[in-house]
Amino acid sequence: MPYLSGEDTVKELRRALSNPNVQSDPLRYRNTITKVIRAMSQGVDVSALFPEMVKACATVDIVQKKLVYVFLCSYASLNPDLSLLVINTLRKDCQDANPMVRSLALRNMTNLRLPGLVEYVEQPLSSGLRDRAACVRRVAVLGWAKLHNLQPETETDAAVVNELYSLLRDPDPIVMVNCLRALEEVLKEEGGVAINKAIAHHLLNRLKECDVWAQSDILRILERYCPQTEGELFDILSLLDSCLICVAPPVMAATLRLFLCLCSSLPAVCHSALERACGPLLTACGSSSREMRFSALAHIQLLLQSEPSLLGAHYKRFFCGYAEPAFIKQRKMQVLVELVNDENVSMLLDELKGYCTDVNPETAQAAISAIGRIARSYSDKCLEILTGLLGLKQEHITSAVVQTLRDLVWACPQCSDIVCTTIEGCEQIIQDAQGRQALLWLLGAHGERVPSAPYALEGFIDGVRFEGSLCVKMELLSAALRLFLCRPAEMQDMLGRLLHYCIEEESDMCVRDHALLYYRLLHCGIEETRRFVQMRRSDPGLGVLIGRPQQSINSWAQSFNTMQPLCGATTTPDTSTRGSPEHTNFYPKTNLSKELRTCQVDSTPTDGSGPCSGSLSGAVTLSLSPALSPNAFQDLWLQLQSLQTDKDAQDVKEEDFFCLETLIQCSLIPVDSPYSLQAALQLVNIQTMAFTPTSAIPWKFYMYTHTQPECSTKTAHGTLILAELLYSNEAPDVDEAPDVDEVSQDKTFAAKGMEFEKSRVKVTVRQKPRDEPALMGFLSILSTVLNTVALQCENSQQGKTLLS
Amino acid sequence: MICQFFILSSKGDHLIYKDFRGENSSDVVRVFYEKVTALPGDQPPVVMNHKDVYFVHVKQGGLFWVVTTNSASSPFTIIDFINKLCSLVKDYCGTLSERSVQLNFALIYELLDEVVDYGYIQTTSCDVLKNFIQTEAVSSRSFSLFDLSNVALFGAETQQSKVAPSSAATRPIHQREQGKSEIFVDVVERLTVVIGANGMLMKVDVEGEIRVKCYTPRCSEMRIGLNEEFSIGRSQLRGYGAGVRVDECSFHQNVKLDEFESNRILKLCPSQGEQTVMQYQLREELPCAAPFRLFPTVERDASGRLLMYLKLRCDLPPKIAAINVEASVHVPKGSVSLSQELSSPDQSAELKPQSRVVVWSIPKVNGGTQLSALFKVDVPGLCSSSLLEVAPVGLSFEVPKWTCSGLQVRFLRLSPVQPSPGERWVRYITHSDSYTIRI
Repeated sequence: MPYLSGEDTVKELRRALSNPNVQSDPLRYRNTITKVIRAMSQGVDVSALFPEMVKACATVDIVQKKLVYVFLCSYASLNPDLSLLVINTLRKDCQDANPMVRSLALRNMTNLRLPGLVEYVEQPLSSGLRDRAACVRRVAVLGWAKLHNLQPETETDAAVVNELYSLLRDPDPIVMVNCLRALEEVLKEEGGVAINKAIAHHLLNRLKECDVWAQSDILRILERYCPQTEGELFDILSLLDSCLICVAPPVMAATLRLFLCLCSSLPAVCHSALERACGPLLTACGSSSREMRFSALAHIQLLLQSEPSLLGAHYKRFFCGYAEPAFIKQRKMQVLVELVNDENVSMLLDELKGYCTDVNPETAQAAISAIGRIARSYSDKCLEILTGLLGLKQEHITSAVVQTLRDLVWACPQCSDIVCTTIEGCEQIIQDAQGRQALLWLLGAHGERVPSAPYALEGFIDGVRFEGSLCVKMELLSAALRLFLCRPAEMQDMLGRLLHYCIEEESDMCVRDHALLYYRLLHCGIEETRRFVQMRRSDPGLGVLIGRPQQSINSWAQSFNTMQPLCGATTTPDTSTRGSPEHTNFYPKTNLSKELRTCQVDSTPTDGSGPCSGSLSGAVTLSLSPALSPNAFQDLWLQLQSLQTDKDAQDVKEEDFFCLETLIQCSLIPVDSPYSLQAALQLVNIQTMAFTPTSAIPWKFYMYTHTQPECSTKTAHGTLILAELLYSNEAPDVDEAPDVDEVSQDKTFAAKGMEFEKSRVKVTVRQKPRDEPALMGFLSILSTVLNTVALQCENSQQGKTLLS
Repeated sequence: MICQFFILSSKGDHLIYKDFRGENSSDVVRVFYEKVTALPGDQPPVVMNHKDVYFVHVKQGGLFWVVTTNSASSPFTIIDFINKLCSLVKDYCGTLSERSVQLNFALIYELLDEVVDYGYIQTTSCDVLKNFIQTEAVSSRSFSLFDLSNVALFGAETQQSKVAPSSAATRPIHQREQGKSEIFVDVVERLTVVIGANGMLMKVDVEGEIRVKCYTPRCSEMRIGLNEEFSIGRSQLRGYGAGVRVDECSFHQNVKLDEFESNRILKLCPSQGEQTVMQYQLREELPCAAPFRLFPTVERDASGRLLMYLKLRCDLPPKIAAINVEASVHVPKGSVSLSQELSSPDQSAELKPQSRVVVWSIPKVNGGTQLSALFKVDVPGLCSSSLLEVAPVGLSFEVPKWTCSGLQVRFLRLSPVQPSPGERWVRYITHSDSYTIRI
């Protein structure tokens, strides 16, 4: 048969179907119909056989009936008129003595999906709801949902809705849960089935009778119920406790989700629920089905966002199996990175080291970047491994290691010495664009400490003509310029050649413009160039913020047990390995130093050593104690505000307090994740007082902190700083910073073909007593935190948009 | 909620397609296959999405079993459902392969019709389904190496090691004409082991389960007696002999445990088809010696070839043998050819340059014996750092008639008493899930 073309097949089948000899022999007739269905599922268009199949429907042979129905349901929408003929047979079957025939007829009547047939279907459906046989009721209940979705604009009869509600008390558990599902669809516009106390408790009591599928659906619907008293809540929780440790992963996951929903305001209960569900989740991680393993791993990653300590002892469970598919290995490594601690770090690194030479290059790269992540806290051991890997001289490994080293140097500048000694000679091995880009960045940023840097660059510059990657060319330009600034003698000739090539011969406008920019910049003088280029240094204080702050459970509870965690992160396994770090981190940094200058409006300018912003943020130490009560905060805030307004009128002594309004630029305002901002602020010892609900506009955020007396500064006393962040969509009414031109200029200079959409937060700071250096330090820290959090939000959003 | 379900062969042929809700077009099959083929490698992610359609797929029997759904659905439910459906199809058709699905497509459509209605899973229990499923299965004669080796291995005539007839467990459950009533109780353990370069056990995980496969139409209760010394957890110890201990243990919800505490007896009413009665895990330590040890020597010989001398010792009890043993050794990139000296003619070795491994296959290794192999690999430009690339050795094997944990079924009683007592089989097997030996 497959060798015949579609048309011939149909012709052949039609002849067979209409052959009276075939029709009179039940077995041959059924076999012919089977052939039709086979052709159908192989993708042959057999819709032309519709009339013959309609005739075949009138039979006592149930198997034949079922086969014909499969056919009719697939093609009914193409032949609405002929389908009318089937309805008669179906309605007759609905009266059949055999419940199986009745349910079959009822199900297929509703599966025809023809709006024109609704009037014929309603009556059998209504009587189906009152049928003696449970299997007919099951079908009839869902039939109403199908009917409703066929005509979404017409409202379902209230009597039917009532009947469906009353069928929740049906003795058959499947009828009960089908009622829930049907009501959910029928009442979609009203927000789904209404769950009151009586229904909720009825469902809970009958949970044990249901199978796994029904249980997970019921648990999902129960999320909508709010227990009226705390006592009731705990009754429900204890009733569900056995489901939480259920062997079946669907039930366990649905129960855990329900727990998290019901107890969103009780973090302690959520915590113990997570603790209890850990066991079954880990069991699912070792399930024989690898898809189930993957799903469990993805959910464990969610869990770790809030409770990294929960699974620390079980790290061995996440060691990769020998024959596991790459997607599971990568997830496992991501989990392992989160679980690292002082005790297991050496075991863990040993294991990860083994994966670095994996046959699958993606797995190897994931392992190397996992080691890079761990290096941020345990740099010595990790650097040792990474250096050893360079010794293998394998192309993809070297490339991944260099990319990892670049990210590491940015996050932990203290590692740069070792890194500089190891990257020599890598340029011979690395072939891919990303790896070369990373190497160039390292050579440009730390070239003064790599003796062979000019020679490495020379190779690149000589080959620039044959370079295919745009990113590498851009990076090469920057690296050459930077290296020229610290080693002019060796680089001058090379840089000249490179600029000449890029300006005169390069066809890509982006590269050409960039080269022109550098050329003109160099015309402005070497000092000007240096000031502009060498500002790009990472902040040693950044290391504190690299560790992801713990997120609250509520931030991910909504995506638990949905498809989201399984899709996410696979497309962006590690956001930090995309492009050069400054592409993501550079903007906040320049804004920060600019901001620092704008802050210094009415204070004496500092010693002019602006470039390194780290020195400023390091000059101030913040602490949380003594704690401030919300009331005290409010009183003080208002008091200082009134003093500020009075200041102009009467000359109040300025030493006592200081008020400042300024703007902080930030690529994205973390309006959606106040909790992560709060956690990040907590890390740098700034206490959050209050904030507006998620996504509200105007968005406000209140915080306070104490600056510690520092021996290096002249002030001998600590100060208290209160601050308010305000973000509203309209244009800020505060005066722009005076050196606004410089800001925008800087922005255009810095743009490497990418433009950030900037937003500004208005910051109102009240300090008591006045201590400007400390205040500036505070502002720089605040700005760093805001930008770091913004970056995270942005990355996660990018991840989402990439998916959709 | 399940919008559509389809089965694709690995070559992309449509085998089964069913649209439950009529919301998406049938185009999704093509979209799915394009997505799968567009990806490098043969391991597409479990969940993929295209606009609002989420594809969840499971690969079993060389086929893609795909469900399309929406973003709010529970992945656990969907994946569990597909797995359950696979085992249902396997129960009904006997085996799971492209051929059996093709032969039985009418039966599968019928199954799908009863299992899912309008995207909602109705039931997957064999007991319920058997009343509705009318189509007879067409069984394809499949040849299973595993069954064959079973026969070849313990052909002895003792009562204990009496062998289940080959392919007995792969027949469809509803074949009325040959309605032989049989019950299989399988104790299956999966072993995950990492052995360090110094021979220390770095990681041990044993995932075990007791599966019951029932072809007996009228069996009201079944009692499975486990070792009396069986204990759960670390603190509890029973009896005086060598106890059988597991760390965690969970049971199917239909299992009655009233005699478990006192006599270690599981009581259940088996339904038709296969079900997992008990799952257990063992962590951190093995109650016996690890089944295999490897003593490797890797060096460079004078002519610049890579020399690997592997000595494989099997520490299983003497009467037990491991079968289908395969050791894969990673070799440096650019390995060209292999010459080998193996200790017996039935072994074989092969270099797979694509995946950079040397696979040493041994059909059977008896407990307490030792095998050795010498591999000479030609690697152009071999340097000392390349030796570092000779990475962990992965071992895969099966050990019939043996469990790592020592768990045994003491007795198997059915009530009402079955007329033919010979139709009950208890089988043990240990697989290597992942057995890695560091070098």
